[in-house]
Amino acid sequence: MSDSPATMEHGHSPALRHHFADVEQQRNAASLGMWLFLATEIMFFGGMFCAYLIYRISYFNEFAAGSQSLQLKVGAANTVVLICSSLTVALGVRAAQMGKRRLLVVLLLLTMLFGLTFLGVKAYEWHREYEEHHVPGFGFDAKNLIEEHPKLGIDPQHAQVFYSLYFAMTGMHAIHMIIGVGLFIWLTFMAWRGEYGPEYYTPVENAGLYWHFVDIVWIYLFPLLYLIDRKPLG
Amino acid sequence: MSEHILSSKLYYTIWIILMVLTVVTAWIATVDLGPFNTIVALAIATGKALIVTLFFMHVKYTSEKLTKTVIVSALFFFLVLLALSMADYGTRHLM
Repeated sequence: MSDSPATMEHGHSPALRHHFADVEQQRNAASLGMWLFLATEIMFFGGMFCAYLIYRISYFNEFAAGSQSLQLKVGAANTVVLICSSLTVALGVRAAQMGKRRLLVVLLLLTMLFGLTFLGVKAYEWHREYEEHHVPGFGFDAKNLIEEHPKLGIDPQHAQVFYSLYFAMTGMHAIHMIIGVGLFIWLTFMAWRGEYGPEYYTPVENAGLYWHFVDIVWIYLFPLLYLIDRKPLG
Repeated sequence: MSEHILSSKLYYTIWIILMVLTVVTAWIATVDLGPFNTIVALAIATGKALIVTLFFMHVKYTSEKLTKTVIVSALFFFLVLLALSMADYGTRHLM
């Protein structure tokens, strides 16, 4: 299509598809499509946040005790790691906009490094919860929660609801992170081949939007799961 | 959004603000504020989410008005989900 007379006549950018008026409109359309996908993601995570809200009100003591059993410092450190990865993605999109190929590759690699660090720390936390028998199911045991908070009258079934939501939400978040790292592997390869530049960087921009969205989900998961019930309990 | 290449200084500033807010929210959670612990934690989280959306996700600079419409309507329907669920559970003595 790029050799058609119309294209030659107007001197269009080779990245411009013929059904768009200009590069700006093409970029806005791609970005809008990504935002529509993110809107569905808000509803996807929204269902779990809604379940969390309902059960937190219903089983407040178990949620408070469960929240205190998580390690605040590890969760905060992971939040810092994720914010750093958001910075490297934002700088990566900027590098693509300016056509700095080498910088883009380095920033995408750094993002993956931060993403994998986050997943590693998360795996450490899950392992610790597994060892404490806090994984819902046959091996579940709320003994240490009851010992630590004898006055709260903790019901192990209700504590399981907290850990079910904890594993569902952090697990779904981790799956999104893994998909994100997969996207960045592909993007790094394409960026290294010089596919992206000021004319065309839509995949970098959209993967960036996805990564920032996953970061925002964690920005809410961190206070809801780790922080809200930190003050001394009865 | 393509016309505006933001300065890297802005990105670093946003990053520092996000780091400071993370430390503040982790610290203030250990202080007993009564029912306000929840409110403060969620307010800080919303502030962080807002600056990530506006600056890292370039929503402040996009020329496409539909993007903002999509975000606001997605949040609106999420709030409908929460509000109607709470109205249901809150009036049925299930909680």
